[in-house]
Amino acid sequence: MLVAAAQTEVTTAFVQLGLILLGLSLAARAADRAGFSPIPLYLLGGLAVRAAGLIPARVTDDFIGLAAEIGVLQLLFALGLEYTVPELSRELRRNLRAGVVDLVANFVPGALIGLLLGWSPVAAILLGGITYVSSSGIIAKLLSDLGRLGNRETPTVLSILVLEDLTMAVYLPIVAVLLAGAGFVTGVVSLAVALAVVGVIVAFAVRIGPWLSRMVDSESDEVTVLVVLGLVLLVGGLVQEVDVSAAVGAFLVGLALSGPVQQRASTLVEPLGNVFAAIFFFVFGLGIDAAAVPPVLVPALGLALVTAATKAGLGWWAAGRAGIGKHGRWRAATTLVVRGEFSIVIAGLGVAAGVESRLGPLAAAYVLVLAVVGSLLVRVDRLPAFLDRTGRRAAPV
Amino acid sequence: MTEIQETELPGVGVLQAFDTAVGSRVGVLTTRSGRRELLLYDEDDPDSCRARVRLDAEDSVVLADLLGGTHVVDAAASLQRLEGLAIDWLTVSRSSTLSGVTIGDSAIRETTGASVVAIIRGAATNAAPGPADRLAVGDVLVAVGTPDAVASLTALVESG
Repeated sequence: MLVAAAQTEVTTAFVQLGLILLGLSLAARAADRAGFSPIPLYLLGGLAVRAAGLIPARVTDDFIGLAAEIGVLQLLFALGLEYTVPELSRELRRNLRAGVVDLVANFVPGALIGLLLGWSPVAAILLGGITYVSSSGIIAKLLSDLGRLGNRETPTVLSILVLEDLTMAVYLPIVAVLLAGAGFVTGVVSLAVALAVVGVIVAFAVRIGPWLSRMVDSESDEVTVLVVLGLVLLVGGLVQEVDVSAAVGAFLVGLALSGPVQQRASTLVEPLGNVFAAIFFFVFGLGIDAAAVPPVLVPALGLALVTAATKAGLGWWAAGRAGIGKHGRWRAATTLVVRGEFSIVIAGLGVAAGVESRLGPLAAAYVLVLAVVGSLLVRVDRLPAFLDRTGRRAAPV
Repeated sequence: MTEIQETELPGVGVLQAFDTAVGSRVGVLTTRSGRRELLLYDEDDPDSCRARVRLDAEDSVVLADLLGGTHVVDAAASLQRLEGLAIDWLTVSRSSTLSGVTIGDSAIRETTGASVVAIIRGAATNAAPGPADRLAVGDVLVAVGTPDAVASLTALVESG
């Protein structure tokens, strides 16, 4: 009897998972056709399934819940894989100022709104993170799709994204400690431990990166996939053990890999990672009650408006510093507006810890708006004439 | 020497660009995966690209060959000119009086002063044409002589 019961459960899980993946594939296809990121559709899919009352039994725990968690690790791993440590330290030295301006201009509005809504400081810090981080995934894809990789404003845009991603490596452990909800002294201690762990791993990654990359590199695709996935999960888990977010561990593993294995890992592991990431976005949408969205719509839209403006302002300013003309400055400004995967990752942490019931719906609405509006805005290639006053006043530097 | 500006694009690759003598900007983007993009910048908005061409490894070699090959020919031609000698490749046109005529009958050297040192017909090259060789429409003649001599042969071959 027991065997039979377990069998039914497996069958149900297969059917559910199959339907979810097929649904997500439709969303991805539609998004691809329209030239947009599929992330908003994944979120909406989750929302819709829940609103329609189709929520599959136990879908958020067990395998699918775990798959969503792995999705977060994969997102961060892919991000770390994009960069090398020398690249990061160079960008950090060169563009520290823009990075600080970015942090202030885009973190503060979110945190302030959180406090104004009467949220706890931790929830406000989460909301600040959500509004701060642009979507390097969506933006990198847009730059490539729109043929802007060679543009002169692109290095500025990429530098800002690099600094934001680097900030995430520090921000996520801080948030993890805050969410653990320890007292002040234990909190400070565990924060120190967490940051020390990150520092040690980065130093370690620099030292053993080349060695690790050689060890991991293999002629066999199978070996590469297994070793890379194993490393990501193992380091993520171990790092989580000391209250640093597992995502940071995955990020650091990606960072440590360089050379040929970096290329192979990204072609082999990333497609698999995309599957998990899609499940993550879907599960996040699934966790949101559609009825909870309308009450937070006004703050979400207001926040979207303000932080689209602050992010665009940052891009305009940073591109101006780099001596880019007005059209290029406009492109840098509009490109950075898109928020996406990392805002959802941050919100997901808060939702999992149950810090604020309105955080999930607000973050979902916010990301939906800015992922869509941002992707539209970025296609306006030149500074629109009605905004073009700088041209008449003085030639741009 | 043309100055090449190199920019590292974190997470993407390397961008190299330069300004041509007439002021157009040309760039080559090499991504981590080894794919290359040839970029032509917009003259109105010099920060953006007017056109880009995706090149895989083999395309890049072909393009480099074409550019490099032309360079060698240019160099050879300018070297010849330095010594008071011109060298040119001339295609026999349909209206040319030379078509169907042998080199001996045409009396090219006597009338123009230039020598035909080779005839290229399709894939075949006749590197030492004699008086009996007959010219046909579409033949490419490699002519050598003083600049004036080559110019008068050009008139004869191309327009008749």
